[in-house]
Amino acid sequence: MTIRRTWIGLTYIVFTLLLIIPLIEIFTGSWADGWSGFAEGLTRKQSLHALQMTAIIVVVVTAINTVFGVMLALYLVRAHWIGPRMKRLLNSIVDLPFAVSPVIGGLMIVLLLGPNTVIGSFFEDSGFKVVYALPGMILATLFVTFPLMVREVLPVLQEIGAQQEEAASTLGAYSWYTFWKVTWPSIRWGVIYGVVLTVARTLGEFGAVLVVSGNIMNKTQTATTLVYQDVENFNVVEANGVALVLAVFSVGLLLLMEWAKKRKEVH
Amino acid sequence: MNVMFRSKWWSFGFRSAIMLYFFVLIVLPIIGIYSQSVSSGFIPFWESVSDPLAWKAVLLTIKLALIATVINVMLGSMIGWVLIRYRFPGRRILNSLVDLPFALPTAVTGLMILLLLGPGSFVGELASKMGFEIVFHQPAIIIAMVFVTFPFVIRAVQPLLEEIDKSEEEAAYTMGATKLRTFFSVIYPSMLPGVISGAMLAFSRALAEFGAVVLVAGNIPGKTLIAAVYIFGEIESDNPQGAAAVSVLLLTLSFIILWTVNLIQSRRPGK
Repeated sequence: MTIRRTWIGLTYIVFTLLLIIPLIEIFTGSWADGWSGFAEGLTRKQSLHALQMTAIIVVVVTAINTVFGVMLALYLVRAHWIGPRMKRLLNSIVDLPFAVSPVIGGLMIVLLLGPNTVIGSFFEDSGFKVVYALPGMILATLFVTFPLMVREVLPVLQEIGAQQEEAASTLGAYSWYTFWKVTWPSIRWGVIYGVVLTVARTLGEFGAVLVVSGNIMNKTQTATTLVYQDVENFNVVEANGVALVLAVFSVGLLLLMEWAKKRKEVH
Repeated sequence: MNVMFRSKWWSFGFRSAIMLYFFVLIVLPIIGIYSQSVSSGFIPFWESVSDPLAWKAVLLTIKLALIATVINVMLGSMIGWVLIRYRFPGRRILNSLVDLPFALPTAVTGLMILLLLGPGSFVGELASKMGFEIVFHQPAIIIAMVFVTFPFVIRAVQPLLEEIDKSEEEAAYTMGATKLRTFFSVIYPSMLPGVISGAMLAFSRALAEFGAVVLVAGNIPGKTLIAAVYIFGEIESDNPQGAAAVSVLLLTLSFIILWTVNLIQSRRPGK
């Protein structure tokens, strides 16, 4: 009994020191200069612009990643036109972005599409900036978040098997119809969980975006890179306002994750 | 619309689009960085990698990531065990909190560590009075890495602990084994695959970590400059070839780890 108490006590101590105190610190830290300091930090022109940039990237990346992630997972499980060896190879390539440091992910895009490269200068001549602009930032975030959706949907598809879908199509249902009526209901919670993970990762993405965006204030600065710049300029109190907004969203996403996970297990 | 989806041309185009997206987004950039690192021959590649600042940064990263991983293996095995085996008030809340480091932006994590342990904070003052430094020194980097990789071992161990057959444990007790002995000869072996794959994932994440570390490390070459920050510095000072060379070193290491984890997981029965 005493052993049990010790372990539980130790667990509580670790959680308090490592997770709970830091979380409280973020919430109280932003009030260090009172309400006005917090409000000023948050309503600066660059803060509002940075939050807006983050919102745009979250919406675009989540939409693209969801559609392509679900489609790719479907192909990797069901397609007859990919051989089993090829499937295994593609399957392991999906995970590669997990192993790539975000800074390196950003560097890859600069190397491929930067202003000094063939493709980059081609786009530049036609008046379309990729690197140090929104498209590059979206690409970098898409790269980083790519495995999240595929990894959530793929195991579910493997588990349910193809029988129901085959039955539906033998009975003459169109493929689009089969997807919505047969496949979608079973992968729904996996997709929702994947969306929550993608949003969380996109909201917090820092390294890749910092490299690709050039971090230009009021132009390509996102919420996380603004926090970084404020801290580098010793504006810790002002950094706190934006950090608090990000932290509130993260805690909200954490609750959503829990909820989606529970639903996923039930269905 | 349905007729279009059924037609062969339409589905062929759809397939090609998805596969092209996959190739262009994931495969092409990785090929790009490997070819860029040797773009001006092997001698410049070797020069970039053998620059003392570069290899010291890589070695320092490996060392600190290893320390962080060892800490997380101990904390993770214990917490995974407690959260699965014991029923106590607050268990569910703690279990949900485990994922917090995944949800929190890394730049916010860095700021948080700075506020809690930095100059002017209670702990920071106390530590500097006692004569050692946390923030802008190696301890802060380790703390950042431990925080960011906290969930990995716990989440890898939990499903294995749930599967353990209680009768084996009870048999060990009945035959007179002590609690400690039972733990190390019955329970720990079945946790081990989870501990190993969780530790490897944590290690590779710690190697790659940038956001949380860049704010709390002093970034002094040879002492607190880790590889990801070194790469960032090279990009900023307009040396993409040097950045690519060190990146390739780090990437290759991470790929080997990822591949090993996949191998371990695919060998596990029932998965």
